[in-house]
Amino acid sequence: MSWEWGVIWQYIPRLLDGAWLTLELVLVSGLIGIALAIPLALMRASSRTWVKAFPFLYIYFFRGTPLLVQIFLVYYGASQFEAVRESFLWPVLKQPYWCAIIAFSLNTAAYSAELFRSAIQAIPSGEIEAAEAMGMSKPVQIRRIIMPRAFGIALPAYGNEVILMLKGSALASTITLLDITGMARTIIARTYTPLEMFLAAGLVYLAISALIIALFRFMEYRFNRYQYYHHTDTPEDLDPQLRDQHIDS
Amino acid sequence: MDLQGFGHLLISGTWITIQLALSSLLVGLVFGLLGASAKLSKNRLARWLGTGYTTLVRGLPELLLVLTIYFGGSQFLMWIAGFFGYDEYIEIGPFVAGVAALSIAFGAYATEVFRMAMMEIPKGQWEAGLACGMSTPRTFFRIILPQVWRLAIPGLGNLFQVLLKDTALVSVVGLNDIMRQSQVAISSTKEPFTFFLVAALIYLLLTAATTGFTMFMERVANPAGRGHSS
Repeated sequence: MSWEWGVIWQYIPRLLDGAWLTLELVLVSGLIGIALAIPLALMRASSRTWVKAFPFLYIYFFRGTPLLVQIFLVYYGASQFEAVRESFLWPVLKQPYWCAIIAFSLNTAAYSAELFRSAIQAIPSGEIEAAEAMGMSKPVQIRRIIMPRAFGIALPAYGNEVILMLKGSALASTITLLDITGMARTIIARTYTPLEMFLAAGLVYLAISALIIALFRFMEYRFNRYQYYHHTDTPEDLDPQLRDQHIDS
Repeated sequence: MDLQGFGHLLISGTWITIQLALSSLLVGLVFGLLGASAKLSKNRLARWLGTGYTTLVRGLPELLLVLTIYFGGSQFLMWIAGFFGYDEYIEIGPFVAGVAALSIAFGAYATEVFRMAMMEIPKGQWEAGLACGMSTPRTFFRIILPQVWRLAIPGLGNLFQVLLKDTALVSVVGLNDIMRQSQVAISSTKEPFTFFLVAALIYLLLTAATTGFTMFMERVANPAGRGHSS
């Protein structure tokens, strides 16, 4: 097997250009996804059947079909309708970049909504009853108690979802976008060194997922600090003026 | 919905998708069991290999795996075969490349499911098996594995759903599965939305069937019905 390290070094800057697009896709669709997921999760956690029905169908469709179909439905499917092609949406829907963002956002919203729902339902009911007993209205409960608690509970699982999104973002290359995979494929079409370039692309993906994992570990440590708290006894000989500081830290 | 006579094409694509998913499942389960045994082994090298396998594969996009194996696999296999003095051209078709890529990906996640399940089995079961005079492999196959199944089936069911959806990626390298056949239909009917929606509905049907089958398997694997399997 002929193995050319030179090709990897020569093209790594191009792959890193692709990495920016990949990161952008993950970040933008991740944020839109969260914004869509929160109302979906709240509706899904409701006890009324007619409120639950829409998020249930939405989540069922997006979790039950491949991401590839969803991307193609947005990118190729939208052009089938005359009404869409003549509407103000067309300048957006004819660009592969925005189609990828739309498909990824809708997809991750479904998965995150399910995560958030299970997080909301994992909040000990005593805490919600306590909020109710304090006289908080439902919106105040959601804002002050339910959302912050669900955020902490969902954080580790959401980290996994972001990794899955990163891996899913490789599908952007199927609609001509030059993300990491797309870059690797164009370079291979020119150099015909598939193993070398895909290896390099794989390493870039691994580096990004390592970064994401580290980021979520850090956030978990920060936002779920109560789980990492270790009590230390105050030293007897501590200066009384420093005592409060010691307890705080 | 008017399929304009392309229904049979979609059905043949569905059949290919099912074949691909089931073959990848079988091979992937072997990878998963091997991976879990490696990760739980006393041998440090085996543990290291198992950890490397799961960490690497779970961080790589499945599409990248499919592309690497399809476009680079024959080069790699010919290099290996070269050591055994075989110099003919080896070609890897999209189906084989798909099974390889999807089973490697499935195996990495299944490793974790099996490892968790194996750790749930009390050590006394192993000791009891050995005390009855069974060899270690026999204890594994007769005593441990049937119990591991029961604990692993819910997790494996979820992974199989992921696998089923990932089969769509193999259409990118030209396998005539549901996706590819809908694209063929689209190229002559110019109705992308209709056909991709039908494709999506077929996948929904398949994932729904999988959910049902997983629930059935859970009941089969747990004859005592003590409700531990959730």
